[in-house]
Amino acid sequence: MPEAAVWLIIAAPLAAAVFNGLIIRPLFGPVSRIGFDATVGAIGISFMLSLWALSVVWTDQEVVLPLHEIIRVDEFSLRIGLLLDGLTAIMLVVVTSVSLLVQIYSHGYMKEDRSYVRYYTFMAMFTSAMLTLVLANNLILLFVGWELVGLCSYLLIGFWFTRPSAAAAAKKAFIITRFGDLFFLLAILGIFLLWPEDTPVTFALSDPNAPMDLLRAGGAALTGTGLTLICLGIMAGAAGKSAQFPLHTWLPDAMEGPTPVSALIHAATMVAAGVFLVARFLPLFEEAETARTIVALIGGFTVVFAASMGLVMNDIKRVLAYSTVSQLGYMFLALGLGALGPALFHLFNHAFFKALLFLGSGSVNHATGTFDMRLMGGLRRVMPWTYGVFFIGSLSLAGIPPFSGFWSKDEILGIAWSYGGTLGTILFVLAVVGAFMTAAYIFRALFMTFHGKYRGGEAQEAHGTADAHETHDERHGATPHESPWVMVIPMAILAVLAIGSWFINFPATHWFTDLLKPLGAHVEEIQIVPAAIGLVAGLLGIGIATALYRGGAVSAPSISGPLAPVTNLLTRKYYMDELYEGVIVRSVLYERLWRFLAWFDSDKGVVDRAVNTLGLFGRNLGKGIRVVENGQLQMSLTVLSIGAVIIVAAYVVWGGVG
Amino acid sequence: MDTLALEHYLLLSAGLFAVGLVGVLAKRNVIVILMSIELMLNGVNVALVAFSRYSPVDELEGHIFAIFIITVAAAEVAIGLAILLTIFARRNTVDAAEINLLK
Repeated sequence: MPEAAVWLIIAAPLAAAVFNGLIIRPLFGPVSRIGFDATVGAIGISFMLSLWALSVVWTDQEVVLPLHEIIRVDEFSLRIGLLLDGLTAIMLVVVTSVSLLVQIYSHGYMKEDRSYVRYYTFMAMFTSAMLTLVLANNLILLFVGWELVGLCSYLLIGFWFTRPSAAAAAKKAFIITRFGDLFFLLAILGIFLLWPEDTPVTFALSDPNAPMDLLRAGGAALTGTGLTLICLGIMAGAAGKSAQFPLHTWLPDAMEGPTPVSALIHAATMVAAGVFLVARFLPLFEEAETARTIVALIGGFTVVFAASMGLVMNDIKRVLAYSTVSQLGYMFLALGLGALGPALFHLFNHAFFKALLFLGSGSVNHATGTFDMRLMGGLRRVMPWTYGVFFIGSLSLAGIPPFSGFWSKDEILGIAWSYGGTLGTILFVLAVVGAFMTAAYIFRALFMTFHGKYRGGEAQEAHGTADAHETHDERHGATPHESPWVMVIPMAILAVLAIGSWFINFPATHWFTDLLKPLGAHVEEIQIVPAAIGLVAGLLGIGIATALYRGGAVSAPSISGPLAPVTNLLTRKYYMDELYEGVIVRSVLYERLWRFLAWFDSDKGVVDRAVNTLGLFGRNLGKGIRVVENGQLQMSLTVLSIGAVIIVAAYVVWGGVG
Repeated sequence: MDTLALEHYLLLSAGLFAVGLVGVLAKRNVIVILMSIELMLNGVNVALVAFSRYSPVDELEGHIFAIFIITVAAAEVAIGLAILLTIFARRNTVDAAEINLLK
């Protein structure tokens, strides 16, 4: 595969973004349909090239493209290039295929938006950044892509920036992920500092020509506590991007963005970048036992933590957002146990079925004008296609065979089961509880949205019967209707993938694992016991959801009483937002630290006072000296004489006269 | 110590110079200041002539210096009095404290 073709994977969407932003929008207006053509065309090219790359990796396993020096300072040479291996190829296919389908869907969803071209500009830019991130063969280039996806995420969450909640959500997402990125940056710095002195640091991930590169030699070169800290820094960056506890709070708020954005960025690709990052650096984590355990525990805890909040949300997108956080937790759990294959297999399947669920929720919003499930209901009769695909996505998410979610979740359960020991047991229990909750919340959402009677949609909301604030997208569905074909077809394709994406890792062929074999993945035996436990947990969850919500009752009064404290805790998201905004930001940062800094800087504090004191000192000194400088020649002479006397006296005393 | 030595001349010279200096610094009348300056110059002259007289080599430089200083002092007094007359004509005072345009 020629080098230019691989670079074109990145360059095509970038060109589309530049073209849209600099040419189409100014010349053809903000709603020109050319924006759609350019973006879809470019991403289509990237998709085709990605398939080609996949076929190349299939035969060659790893292709390291030439590295080009862009910066040279003394010994340090920064050479950037692209790397094609199994991990990259899988991510390429996921990103480009989901992106392509989402772009097509967006044409229906964003048709009436006044910033249509801006939307496609950002989407193309995001796709390009994400592809840079996965293709980079240099940690620095990877970091550039990493920050660019964060920027695009910010721009797209705040796409409807005139709404204060969207602007706030964008800011929150950016700041919290930046907080994680800070530690990632420190990890990069740590690699620079701890790298063995006899070889120059190149930051290349894989470079056959260099004496040492990060992936092959990094784990051996960087050892001990330093390596653990570096791994934890990488994990902190990943946790920020992938919304893992305790940096998860931004993702539910990020649902303020347009729904296709949520599907692409906040379900399928960008949030999976954290998983990709840890998977990429798994050779380093292999040598850092403590860091791996922490990754697994954060993942396992997040699974249950996020899923429990998904149980009580009334906003369908927030349910899906917590679901995403929870499912990403599964991936980190697997990575923490060193299981690259299952983690990526779940990432692969999850990308499709979660994007499908998000697009389904967008379709529902398109019809009803709201995201509040309390105002929906009964939509399966008017939206049979959306209902069908949402149902498939839900089954897949709940881990019911033969849908794809079952196969990957089963593998992760199996890993935890066979890992054994205290850690394995804890993680297995967390994963099973998570599986139960997952099935329960997604079927609760399904029943609330599609079953029972229609409860009025946006019109109802306008009358103020609900306290929901999630009325977006400036769409008005007086009577719900099925979405246009341009939206249904991408969903249908994703539904097919949600059923069948596991086929590539069919137990008899396991192509997927073969692709990752050079990176250390190995075929996981199907284990009946954990799979059965997981399945029973899933079915139990579906059963409970059916019992409580199938009748069309929005809430079950018989249990809501005794469970009120729990429900309240969950609805308030474990008070994490209050903790961050109220306690940390307001009480600690604002009331203490910033107030202290303000005092420190003020007239009464240190900085300004020091400056003022210095100024006053000069002024007062001048005042004193001014008495002498009164323009009187005699005064000048007096001073002169005194000076002369002093000099002579000094000469006599110290100069050793005589 | 019945004969006059160099130190006696130098003490006289320093005394004259000090009296002149105090006059220059303390007096307010410019005419008196000019006179004090003459006193200081003459103090210097005494020192120069004494050094010349007591020098081991028989040289006349000290005397010549003194004569030059007397000449310059005469010229200086002429110019000083001329300036003083001009100031008096313009400002109607010869009080040094009033002449503070250097401020």
